[in-house]
This record gives sequence, C-alpha cells and structure tokens, in this order.
Amino acid sequence: MAEAHSIIDAAGLEALLEALRGQGYSLIGPTVRDAAIVYDEIATLDDLPRGVGDEQDGGHYRLTRRNDEALFGYVVGPQSWKKLLHPPVLRLWSARREGDELRVEAEPDREEKFAFIGARSCELHAIAIQDRVFLGGAYVDSHYQARREQVFIVAVNCGVAGGACFCVSMDTGPKATMGFDLALTEIVASRFFLVEAGTEAGRALLDTLPHRAATIDEIANAEAILAGTAANMGRSLEAGDVRELLARNLDHPRWDDVAARCLACTNCTMVCPTCFCTSVEDASDLAGVESARSRRWDSCFTLDFSYIHGGSVRQSVKSRYRQWMTHKLSTWHDQFGSSGCVGCGRCIVWCPVGIDLTEEARAIRETDAQKGAT
Amino acid sequence: MIETIEHIVEEHRFFAGMDAGFVRLVSGCAKNARFDPGRYLFHEGDGADWFYLLRNGRVAVELRDPARGAVTVQTLHEGELCGLSWLVPPYRWTYDARAIDLVRAIAVDAACLRRKSEADPRLGYEMMKRFMPPLVERLQAARMQMIDIYGAHD
Amino acid sequence: MTDAFSAASSADPLISPMIPRVARIVKRRREIADVVTLEIDGGAFDFAPGQFNMLTAFGVGEAAISVSGDPADSARLIHTIRAVGAVSRALTELHPGEPIGLRGPFGRGWPMQEAEGRDVIVVAGGLGLAPLRPALYRLFAEREKYGRIVLLFGARSPQDMLFRDELEQWRGRLDVEVEATVDHARGDWRGNVGVVTSLISRARFDPSRALAMLCGPEIMMRFVANAFLQMGVPPERVYLSMERNMKCAIGWCGHCQFGPVFICRDGPVFPYSQLRGLLAKKEI
Repeated sequence: MAEAHSIIDAAGLEALLEALRGQGYSLIGPTVRDAAIVYDEIATLDDLPRGVGDEQDGGHYRLTRRNDEALFGYVVGPQSWKKLLHPPVLRLWSARREGDELRVEAEPDREEKFAFIGARSCELHAIAIQDRVFLGGAYVDSHYQARREQVFIVAVNCGVAGGACFCVSMDTGPKATMGFDLALTEIVASRFFLVEAGTEAGRALLDTLPHRAATIDEIANAEAILAGTAANMGRSLEAGDVRELLARNLDHPRWDDVAARCLACTNCTMVCPTCFCTSVEDASDLAGVESARSRRWDSCFTLDFSYIHGGSVRQSVKSRYRQWMTHKLSTWHDQFGSSGCVGCGRCIVWCPVGIDLTEEARAIRETDAQKGAT
Repeated sequence: MIETIEHIVEEHRFFAGMDAGFVRLVSGCAKNARFDPGRYLFHEGDGADWFYLLRNGRVAVELRDPARGAVTVQTLHEGELCGLSWLVPPYRWTYDARAIDLVRAIAVDAACLRRKSEADPRLGYEMMKRFMPPLVERLQAARMQMIDIYGAHD
Repeated sequence: MTDAFSAASSADPLISPMIPRVARIVKRRREIADVVTLEIDGGAFDFAPGQFNMLTAFGVGEAAISVSGDPADSARLIHTIRAVGAVSRALTELHPGEPIGLRGPFGRGWPMQEAEGRDVIVVAGGLGLAPLRPALYRLFAEREKYGRIVLLFGARSPQDMLFRDELEQWRGRLDVEVEATVDHARGDWRGNVGVVTSLISRARFDPSRALAMLCGPEIMMRFVANAFLQMGVPPERVYLSMERNMKCAIGWCGHCQFGPVFICRDGPVFPYSQLRGLLAKKEI
C-alpha cells in the first residue's frame, strides 16, 4: 500500500503512462507545437517538453530552454483541458426527413476515455467550475458528463510560477488539493517525483508502480519548491471583495479606458478554462432532407452574442468587456457559488494588446465610487 | 339643481386643493361648455382664446395630413386638461380637438386668466404648477410614441 | 415559495434537454401583419403561464417562444410568433401537417399563486400580450380567487392589436376591467390613443393589495413599473417578463445573462425588486 507521499522516478512515471494506456485511456499531456505548450496525445515521456521553460507576460509568450531536464518546467499554455471536456464544436443531433416523417437522432457520446497528464491546480479548479455549470443545475449536460466521468487526472504541482499567474490570489494553487487521481511534484534536481493519491483509483494504480515511501526531508523539499512558486506569482488580484467592487462600479470610467484598448477579438474567452458560452448552428442539405445542429464555443465579445430582434444589447466594446470581467469575477458567484476566475493568467498572456484583468480590477479599486464607504 | 361655476371649478380634479381665493379668480374667467359628438372644440391655427377642463366625455387630439387624413395622437379624458397653447405666445392651437362623445367642460377665457396671472404672480405660479405636470407627461408620451416601441426594429 | 419560483421543469434525465422532439402543426392562423399563431400537436403538454418553449424550424434554427395558449388545455399547445428574423420567419411559415421541433417548457412564469386574493393588474404592450394570455385564461377561469382584475393593453395602432376579437370579448365581461390604447389611430377607432402608462392612473385598483404583471418592450415595462411604484405598489409585487438572446434555455449557453441572472433559467418573469438596479443601466 502506497504511503501518503511516495516517490517514483522517471521509470515509474513511464510505467504510469503505460498502465493507463493498458486500462484503455488515451493519454493527453503537454507537448511542444507551434512554439507553445499544447495539450495533445502523448505516448511516452519522450513526448513531454523536456528541458523547456516559458516566459509569459501581458500579450507575450515565449518558450525558453532550461538548464535542466525538467519535464514540467513551464506553466500553462494557450489551451486548457476544456477543449476535451467541452469541445469547441459538438454536433448535438441530426434529423432526416422521409416523406412526411422526420426523425431526430441524438449524436452518440464518444466512447474514448482520457487520462490528463500534467493538469495544474488552477486547471483542476477550472474543471470543478465547469462541473458546476454543466452538471450542478437542474439539467445535466450528458455530453460533458460522458467525457468527464471517464477522465483520469494526473496533476502536476507547479514548480515555477508564470509571469501572469495569480492562483495564490484566487486560492486555486499552486499545489493541487482536489480533483486529481494522482498529483506529482517534480523534484528536478533529484530527477524524481513526489506522488500523492487523491482517489482510490489513483492509490490502486500507484500501488502497481515501482515506488517507495517519501522521507520527511523529501516532503519538506517538495513543499519548499511549491512555497517558492507561491512566492513568485507574476500577478496578484485582491479577490476578497472584488465581487462587490465590480458590482457597484458598473459605470466606472475605467471601462471606457479598457474599451479603448480592447479589440473584442475574443481571445481571452477562447483561452479561458472556465468560459463556457456556446452558440448553436443549424445546417441542412439543399434538398432539406437532412439537417443537423451543432454547438460551438461562442464569446460575449461578439456583437451577435447579445442579439435580440432589432439589435444587439451590448453594442459597445465597453459593455462587452464589462460583461466578461464582471461575469468572471462578480456575477459568477451569484450564478454558481464561486468566482469564475482561477488565476491562470491566460487571458492576460493571449490578449493581443496585453489587457490585464488584475490591473483593470486594481484601477477600479483605486478610484472606487464608494471608496472609504463603510 | 344648477351648480355655480365656482363650485364646478372647485370640484374639478385639475384644481383639487386650490386656495379658495384662486378658485374665485379662475371662476371669474370660466363658463360651462358642451360639445356634441364629432364637433370640434378648436382647430389648428385658431387663436387659443379658450381652453377646456373636461368634466364628461372624451376628446381626440388630431393632426391632419393630406395622405392619411386625421390621425389621432392622443385621447383626453374626464378630469384632464385640453389645450396648453394658450400659455405660450403666439397663443394659437397646433392641433384639432374633436369631441368623441358628448363632452361637457369648463371653458376658461385664456386672455382673462393670463391677465389675472400677470396681476397676481402668486396665481400665475399656482397655475404654472398645475399646467406643468400634464405638459411633462405629454412630452414623455410623445417621446415614447416617437421611438415606436412596439414596431419591429430590424 | 410561490409557483413562480418552483421551477416547473419537465426534465427527463434520460433525454438530453438539447434534443428537440418532433411535433406537428395542427392549425395556423394569421393574427396581424407578421404575426402568426400556431397550434402544435406534440402529445399532452403541461406548462405554467409565462413559460416558453424552444421551437425549431428544421434546417433553419431554433427560437425561444412563449406559450400563448390556455394552461388548462393540455391537448392544444399554442404559440404566437412574430416574424422578426430568419428563424421566427420560418416558424411563421410552417403549415398544418409540417413538423416542428419542440423543447420545453422552460423558465419560471407568472406568480399565479401569489396573485390570489389580490387585485391583479395585467399590462401588456404589443406582442407582450401573448406571454400574458395564459395568465389571463387562468385568472378568468379562477375568477373568484382574485380581487379586481384589470387588463391594460397598448399597441402601435388599431391594426396592430393582437387578439382583438378576444380583447373585445373580455371587455364585455362584467367582472374584468379591460382598457386598450394605441399610439396613433385613424378613421373609426373609438378607443383610447396614448401611451399605456396613461391608462394606469384611470384604472380602479388598490395599490396596497395589487400585484402587477407586465410584458412588452423593456422601455415600456420600465415606465409602467415606475408608475406602479409611484402609486405605492411594492416592487416585490411588480413582475415583468424579460427578453434576451437564448440558445439553450437552461443556463448553459450564457447568452441571456442579465447581470447575475440567466433570463432563461431564473426568469423570464422576475419581480422588479430583483432587477431594479440593473434595469436602468445601459447594455447590461
């Protein structure tokens, strides 16, 4: 039986991947593609971005070469696990007309089950947030549920902090505390991993791998690494009362200021691991015999998003940025009982003009309409 | 029983709660008026010599257009005021006012009331306070009609 | 808890709420220019007044449409639709025998239970009469449960008045006060001309025990709500039905957000007190 903290080496990690594949999982993990960290299918440890680091800031992302052989020496890239659990395009149903009859067939759910290798703590929180959206209400999204229930998650605690990271502010990292089957802390200098099991399935799997119990010093070392990460966050956000702050500042002049910079390009919503909005599209053949409906990611930054007959409710970029940011940090609490932001920093990094929501929140706070009010 | 004009003025909603002295001053300019259905109280362009406080029946405020004929833009009801142009130079009506039903009204001699108001600004101010609310209400209603809220805007 | 806030969802866990069932058009009736009422046969259908369905014109798309029929008649499903876009136009062009996709009913409707024992003032503007008609049917069917019932209806012109035959029939009832007004009229219109707010001051009801149900253009509802508040109707008892873009009807697509609420899931009917702070803001 595995201890609370175990040690596995590279061979042990390779064995983990093999065991998962043996259980029928498709392995998805970080790879390097198009000069970015991208979650994609992996076969062995050799597919992971060995010795790769990254440099992240507002509107800035570069991969770098590290001076070591770390397998997880970078933070999150543009994509998140959302693309697998809540796919960008999903056919919902198709219909076929035969004479007078019309039959609607639901799109069958995929059988494929995924193992996520290298999910970060902020991403586990993002998954938990989307769980509340798609599984937590009166209706259950069976497509999401089918994918979600099958997932095996191997988390990685972040050994470095990214330039746009602020998970400490959002209380979502850098150490994984929930939502994983196994969690690794990479001890680069020793070339091994400290492992914790989060579920029975994880513990059972760990038992089959070559491992040993971690020493007190090894545990302390891992904790020191994570404390270092926590101390080096690239960004911070005063999250305690940002919900109320934004709710009472819907007419703040800062919205005009950010609107002058925002291109309404939708990048922030596409890279955000919690943004869940979709639209539907119907298509049919020319004869009108077959038709189908697909759901695809949509963004509150488009004019069409708020269209009602006669026009769009949110005509100005200002109102669209305000909708996004207030939803993320404020009204999400009303709707789903938590913030919609996990502090991953993607929206900052992948904004073409480097708009930074932590900076926007700070600017609003500095000139809060009710500053000093009790 | 024949009511005195003073009593009728005092009882009218438009003058509710008004000082008895002012009621006397207004009544001195007022008389009873009656219009059969279809008759016009006044026409666009006429001098605004009298205005009316409706006691019974309804009045249609009409604008005429060669293509559409008479278009009703407002109906006035019991207790309401018909006519504001008497307040503002050049004191001419800007629409037609047609009795829809049998209309009974208090007709007020505009020149008489203007004269008394000039002589006693307290009366003038009292009149302004009573004439402003329907004016503002009509302005707001005209705005709503102008943007055609029920139309399909696409 | 009132019936308005017990979400009347007919969620069948075995069927994805995103999959429409196929129903058929039984009757089609043109009401006024661009507006058509469809009777749909999709089996027994129960709904609460104020709820809506997602209707699919196959191959074109889906739109949220309030049920406009009688809640006591579960055999006949009625929708009244104005052709304003590609989907709604396609829906209005469906004829008897043709298939239509149906999801629903969704949303929280009018507070029928809370209205019991109160004076009920129903204010409809334009097509807003359609989502209120099921509530009116219920009010009339259970007339003895309510105090005064007043229906105030505003339309653009006499030619644009929805359900005119029915309005005239209701007007003939001795236990209901019905007033209609239009923005402008020509010819033989003998009714009121003026904005719908002008009807409120002449209506007979007790503000302290009144409950108001409003449906129409948002700007109209704002002004009407303000008129009720000025008269002393508490904001918790002024209900309005909101409209926003809807793609899913169950809170997943995000389109219909209005600040903290999803119009589809938390509404479309809300007490004014819940929305007050946001109704005056632009582009929420």
